[in-house]
This record gives sequence, structure tokens and C-alpha cells, in this order.
Amino acid sequence: MKIEGKRLIWNDYQKEIAEDNYFYVRSCVRQNFFPGAEKTFLRYMKEMGKDVFENPSHTTCSGIGYHSDIVPFETAMTMVARQFALMTEAGYRNFVTSCITSFGLYSETLETWHHFPEIEEKIRGHLKNATGREFVKPENLAHASDVTFKLRKEISEAGKYRLVNHVTGAPIRVVEHIGCHYSRMFPSKGVGGAEYPYVLVGMIEEWGGEVIDYPERRHCCGFGFRQYLVKANRGYSISASKKKFDSMKPYKPELILTNCPGCPMFLDRWQYAISEMEGTTYGEGGQGIPVVTYEELAGLILGYDPWDLGLQVHQVPVEPLLDKIGIPYDPEKKFLDKDGNSMGQPKSPTHLKFY
Amino acid sequence: MGKSVIVIGGGIAGMTAAGMLARQGYEVTLLEKENETGGHVAHWDRLFPDRRKASEVLEFTGEGMKDVHVAKGISISRISRQNNEFTVTCGMQDSGSVMKSHFTANALIVATGFDLFEARRKEEYGYGIYNNVITSADLEEKFKSGKGILTAEGKIPKRIGIIHCVGSRDEKVGNLYCSKVCCVTGVKQAIELKEMYPGSVVFSFYMDLRMYDRNFEELYYEAQQKWGISFIRGRLSECAENPDGSIVIRTEDTLTGKPLKMTVDLLILLAGFVPAAGTASVAGMIGLKTGTDGFVNPADSHIKNNLSGIPGVFLAGAVKGPVSVTEAIADARAAAALTSEYLKASIEEYA
Repeated sequence: MKIEGKRLIWNDYQKEIAEDNYFYVRSCVRQNFFPGAEKTFLRYMKEMGKDVFENPSHTTCSGIGYHSDIVPFETAMTMVARQFALMTEAGYRNFVTSCITSFGLYSETLETWHHFPEIEEKIRGHLKNATGREFVKPENLAHASDVTFKLRKEISEAGKYRLVNHVTGAPIRVVEHIGCHYSRMFPSKGVGGAEYPYVLVGMIEEWGGEVIDYPERRHCCGFGFRQYLVKANRGYSISASKKKFDSMKPYKPELILTNCPGCPMFLDRWQYAISEMEGTTYGEGGQGIPVVTYEELAGLILGYDPWDLGLQVHQVPVEPLLDKIGIPYDPEKKFLDKDGNSMGQPKSPTHLKFY
Repeated sequence: MGKSVIVIGGGIAGMTAAGMLARQGYEVTLLEKENETGGHVAHWDRLFPDRRKASEVLEFTGEGMKDVHVAKGISISRISRQNNEFTVTCGMQDSGSVMKSHFTANALIVATGFDLFEARRKEEYGYGIYNNVITSADLEEKFKSGKGILTAEGKIPKRIGIIHCVGSRDEKVGNLYCSKVCCVTGVKQAIELKEMYPGSVVFSFYMDLRMYDRNFEELYYEAQQKWGISFIRGRLSECAENPDGSIVIRTEDTLTGKPLKMTVDLLILLAGFVPAAGTASVAGMIGLKTGTDGFVNPADSHIKNNLSGIPGVFLAGAVKGPVSVTEAIADARAAAALTSEYLKASIEEYA
């Protein structure tokens, strides 16, 4: 593998990411899957002096419904238009999304309007009729991982920890997985393009880790919308994830880093399911491979308490990663809520090592 | 005779045209951007369909241009035409080459040829990233070196994949045209690999096999019947690298309708033609018309195929689109013949 070849491609796919003053829209599912991720983004953005504005009236973008063939494109674009109207009303021009599918839908909508202005006019009419709202299109559209990528050096400089084994000094071996809707549809909209995306690689490199490339890197994480949303298809979902785990295992990854709502969910949950189904685990000594989002990882680098990041709700325990980096944590507080009350505790898995 | 010609481009077409005109007594100057003439043929080992040495063709052509003034390492900055005389101004020249900065002549032959498609633009194929993904041109260099064809790990490749149409007939990279010679090049190279390593298996992945010229189809039959090369109809989707450096390829066998995932030790990409980088600038200086594919349009595709539409400017070889070596030579001779007629008659119909 020649890294110079990848760098040439990365140079071809640079994107403009706004410096400050972001209008932030959340994912409709991430707060259920990984409840601390978005909060962590807002926390480090604030600490870095960045202005991030949220409007509680914003809704789902309807991207999951759109990509599942439930919501027509025209409806989805009208919902996107409403989000843009909220941004316009708040006086912002830089739009930042938490969700990869949202980012894809916003990109697709803007691209459609660019090529077919008559469709934009039609959607403006729909929004006006339905809500009385008008909007200005964003000057800059970015995913929150783009923004975190842009701040990776500042995070590193402010950080307490590195992606390095604190005992051996060896870099933590990281598999990165990018959401399909980040750059697969529009390679130029993603940092590094579609085939060798750089957005997460850049964070891993900056924070001291080692990136693993493996044969099934581009393979689906297991979500794939209808693979999972249609219950009868869920065998495809878990087999897709298993194919990735089997492919990455020989490289002995110590962490999987993601930037999509679905990828961490399935790469995390299916490790547990596979261990229960056939007793297979993919980490060392019966452990799984911890899966985190880029916000959670940035939070760890910055020294935030792992339980404040919500890492206790991951199905694959993250303690092996914390131990390697040397991040302290209190096992007694793992399942306590912010007021110190017990949240309840899951049953121990049969095979996956639990902490 | 006193008339002079400038040939732009020192590949096989430019060399052929220059030599032919010089032998007829014209004063011919050949301008080449590289420090050597010979173009792509100089880097090729053997030519289809009979696998004769490329160096023999180059030697023959080179011998024919003894009276040609050759200026190498030339970068053209301006071309002007006044009273049927062309002046070519050159920006930079390498030391050791002709140090003249202006060349004048009564006619121009544009033979700027082609570049190979930059295979790394098919990002998903991993050229320049995966160590065992090479191009057909890289393979020829290896053949030419005589050191054998080994994997990056120094092993004999037991399983070899050859991918057709890399950068050709591919809307995604913006090249809709067929590069014409890659099919038979792939068949030739597959046979050569089998000759070298009879125990290895060679798979050739194609869309169509366009065996358009004499003895091409026979070569394709030989590849199958004598050498047992597997031809699979399907385009490559993507590549990845295994821990041992071998290449995982995903494709489809469109005849059986099944997706394929397989591993090869060496993957060869048959990179197609793209217009030479210099063609656009030369075309801009003279006012030549190019097609949407970037190749230069002749004045008429049938009866004025070597004429440019500009009196005194003639076209030879791959500047007009993909051609084989045989075709480039024939086309260059036609361009030279018309140039000679023009210089004798100096009439406007040679436009």
C-alpha cells in the first residue's frame, strides 16, 4: 500500500468548510443510538469559541424515509427547504448536519436545484404555501465530521490524550468507516472523495493513531436501509457486518471510528449479536472491537469523562480502548445517570467480555 | 526545392512524416517536447499482432529521417502564420538540444499524438496505491527490461488479471470513445505472460473484444485455444489489497449474470488513449478545432482526414484519435504526401 497514492487523491478532494457561525441540525436517530455524541460536539465547539446555533423547531430531514422509498423526493426537498428557512430566520448561512444521510439529502437537494432551477422554484412555492416561510440557500454546507476534521489540530493541541498505547507507545490501530451518503453520491462534497475518504483518516493521523486499510473497507456497514428496515432482510444486514469484521480481524484493529448514525450502530450491535449467535468475538481475548463516533473520540482526546460521552451504552465495551490509551474511568459510575441514580444495567453477554 | 516543413511531435507518426518529406528534398524540422524521439513506441516491447519488436519499427523509422533536423526538449510558446509562412516560437529548450528559439517553415504537420489515460483517475482500481496494480505500459517496460514479471513482493504471479477499457468507453471519467488498440494489446500481453509463466492463470475482463483488424481475431483464438486464457465479460467494479499484497477484485460475469469476487497476484490495467497534453495548446495557437473528446477534428472525416481546415497545416497520427502503430505510420505517410502536394501547388484546397 502506497500512502503517497492516497495523498494524491486526497489533494484532489479538498472542500471548503466554514470557519464559524454554524446552524446545526441533529440526526433523528443518533440520540437514541449514541446519546452523548451530539452533545459532545456542541461542548467542544463551545469550548473552542465557535458559535453553533440550534433551533428546537427543526425536524427530521426525512432522509431515512426518502432512502427507504417511503417519502417522495419532492416532500423531502420541502422539508429540507423548511430547515433552510429556519437557518435563514436565525441569521445564519453555514449549515452543519449531524447525520450523514441528512448531509447526503441536503447535498442532493442543492445539487438538484442547481441543475434544475425550476424544481427549486416549485419547492419554494410548496414551502410558502404550507408554512409561509422563505429561505436563502446555505453558503456553506458541511457535515459535523467535516467541522471536527477542520478543528483536528486544535483538538489535538487542547487534548489530554493521544491515540497511542500509553504503555507500549504504539499507535492505536484504527479502522475507519464512512457513511455512504457522505461522499458516495457526490465525491467532491466529502473530504478526500469517495474511494479513500480522508475526513476520519485525518483525525486519526492527527491524534496519533494508525489507520488500517483492509479488503472490505468499502463494504456496507450492515445498515443499508432496507437491509435492516425490512425485518425479513436483517440476515443481509448482519452478514454484511460480519464480512467486514472477518476481513479486518487479521489486522488486529483496536478501534472502529465512524461518522454516520447507522454505521456505529450496526458495527457495534452486530458484534454482540454475532458473539451470541456463534460465539465469535473480534478483539483480543474475547473482547470486541470498540466502536465510537468522531465526536466521542474527540471527547476522549480532550479528556472528557467517558461516561459523560455516553460510552456506557455501547454494546461492545470500550474499557479495553480506555485502558490502552490510559484514560481513567470509574466502573462504579458507569451506569449512573447525571444525578447519580442508577440507570439499570444490561445483562452480561454470553461470550463478549463485559466490564 | 527550398520549401520547408515543421513537424510537431516526434512519435512514430511525426518521425514517419518528417522522414518521408526529408527524403523528398524538403527541409524538415521535427520538434519534440521530450529529450528523445520515438514517443510511446520507444517504451513498448513488442507490437501486436505478430509480436515483433517495437525497437525494429523505431529503428526503421529513425533510419528514414537522417536528413531531418531534430530539436528535442522543445516547449512551444507561440505559432504564427504570415504570408503562408509559419513561425514556431519555443519557450524553453534543454541544454544540448538545438538552441534556436524560432523555427520557420512553409507547412506544419501536427503529430502531437496521445497520452495514456492516467490510471489513478479510476480511483477504485487503486493504481498508485496498491503495489500489485500496474498498467499495460508498466508491463511493457517490464517486458522490455528483460528482468521478468514479478509481484511487488518479488514472486512469480500465479494469478493475473487484465482489465480492459480503463479510461475508455467510460462516461464516469468523461471518455466515451473506444481506444481501439487496448483489446488486442490485452490479448497480446496475456499470451506473453503465459509464454513467460505457463503455470500461471490469466483472466481477461472485457466489455467487448474489438478485434477489428487483420490477424487480431486469430490472436484472440490463439489466446483461448493454445494458451487457455480466460476471457470474462464484465467490468471491474473495484479493487482492494489483501494483507499479503494480492489484489481482491470485484466484477461481474455478465454472461452468467453472477457477481464475482476473486484474488489475483498481479492486476494489469489496459490504460486507454487521451489527447496529448500538448495538443490543446498547439491547437489553440493555430486555431485547430477539437472535438468534445479533445482530439483534433480533421477538415473532413473521410476525404480530408489529414487536412486541418487551415491551409498549410496537416494532421498525422493519434492527434486525431486512437490509432495503432500501423495506422499511425500509414496516416503519417498520407499526411506527408498531401503536404508535399501542397508545397508544390500551394493551393487553398489543401485546407
